Amino acid sequence: MSLLRTQALVAGYEPGLPIVRDVSLSVEAREIVVLLGPNGAGKSTLIKAVAGLVPYVSGEVWLRDESITGVPAHRLVRRGLAFVPQNENVFAGLTVGENLSLAAAVLPRPRRAAQVRAMEDLFPDLGRARSQRAGRLSGGQRQMLAIARALVVAPDMLVLDEPSAGLAPVLVDLVMAKLRQIRDGGVAVVLVEQNARAALAVADRAVIMVEGRVAHEGAGASLLDDPVVAQLYLGGRRQQA
Amino acid sequence: MIGQVVVDGVTNGAMIGLGAIGLTLTYSLLRFANFAHGEFITWGAYLALLLTGALGTVLGGAPIGDLTFGWTLLAALALAMALTGALAVALDTLLFRRLRRQGTEIALVIASFGASLALRSAVEFIFSLQPLYYSHDIAMAVRLAPGMQATEDQLVLFGVALVLMLGMHLLMRHTALGRAMRAASENPLLARLVGIDVAAVVRGTWYLGGALAAAAGVFLGATVQLRPTMGFDLLLPLFAAAVLGGIGSVPGAMAGGLIIGLAEAAAVPLAGAQYRAAVSFLVLLAVLLLRPAGLFGKAD
Repeated sequence: MSLLRTQALVAGYEPGLPIVRDVSLSVEAREIVVLLGPNGAGKSTLIKAVAGLVPYVSGEVWLRDESITGVPAHRLVRRGLAFVPQNENVFAGLTVGENLSLAAAVLPRPRRAAQVRAMEDLFPDLGRARSQRAGRLSGGQRQMLAIARALVVAPDMLVLDEPSAGLAPVLVDLVMAKLRQIRDGGVAVVLVEQNARAALAVADRAVIMVEGRVAHEGAGASLLDDPVVAQLYLGGRRQQA
Repeated sequence: MIGQVVVDGVTNGAMIGLGAIGLTLTYSLLRFANFAHGEFITWGAYLALLLTGALGTVLGGAPIGDLTFGWTLLAALALAMALTGALAVALDTLLFRRLRRQGTEIALVIASFGASLALRSAVEFIFSLQPLYYSHDIAMAVRLAPGMQATEDQLVLFGVALVLMLGMHLLMRHTALGRAMRAASENPLLARLVGIDVAAVVRGTWYLGGALAAAAGVFLGATVQLRPTMGFDLLLPLFAAAVLGGIGSVPGAMAGGLIIGLAEAAAVPLAGAQYRAAVSFLVLLAVLLLRPAGLFGKAD
């Protein structure tokens, strides 16, 4: 059984103006799935709808065998789905430690400290910056904190909206390497990315969206070498792996 | 003279600070200036008046020591805080929440003016325009130091105000609700993503803000008098204190209240009592021009 399934999902911000149109897809456990496509294709809206941030018009979403259709965002994190938005994804006025503790508060009390420590082990920079305000972190550290903040609740699925946006290439590689490490640790990862080359290099599977619909689906590595896909959807030229 | 200015300013400032805490928290969380907040002060004071009558038959009305009030007023204070908190939540549920869903910020501000008028008119209708008192006993002043005196009522209520402010500060720093309020105020969307029920946090913020405003109203009623416009008249000092302290900051609202209280008290001997209210306006203007983020606020 798939970890996450959407069935004929239609979603959008305004009534009568669907952005995501009839999307059915599935994500397996321990899998990295990247959503690619041109601007306005509905990639971010799709993951926000799954995360409970954009209203559905119709369709169903299941996490494991439970329907999460219409479940508000603040309850989804307890069901095992954690979301990292593209912008303002940490509490800048709180310290690194407070960001992690706040997120860990949904866990049973005895597990909280251990989970925060686990995140500091996974992201050693964060452990060293525990007392620092998140607003003073570098872009890369901030992105790591955003991911750690989502992972501290030990989710089954991590959903990220453009985690490499605004980062230097070396940091993009670092973020992607961490995502692979997270996947290897047993968490399914779904990400929307503009940086197709970096994302396809780590993705097990890629879904290309155009005008709110799934236009193409395939193994990540195979899409990198597909000249038609590259020409149509990945920036008009063949991507260099 | 300076000593008395400090005593008057600090005791008055504590009331302003209590009222400003609720204002700054709702402003910070919901991004709108609630002009009806002053009415929570008025309603708290008048609810306590009603409750002292009702509780007096059970607890008796005897004053404590040399104070002009007894346990009845303190019990009424606790109940009035609870009821005014509920009134604030009800006002949000019936009016402001609906307007927030429509996403029209200016409608919220105008609605708060309307709510303020309605709430004040209701008090005028029920209790009349005549000033009322919790007690007709005369509060005797005690000498604190050369040139400094205060009534025992003022000293006790100042102590209660400090306890409430300290409690609120600790709640914000060390409780799950406080952390959730800080988080939701900074980034409501992210707060939802970390499992915070932002709607519940909004209700909690209204409740606490209304309750603290009620406490300010009871203290004002006990040390001066009850009038239907008592909360509305305090609105400008409340805004000045909230902006001076930095929007969203509880310690800032407390410090802002004390500074405004001291400035108003200093204005009386220096410029005359008729200019007392103008001081808040001048402080508000100066802060907005020179340090818009306030003393404890974070500049964007």
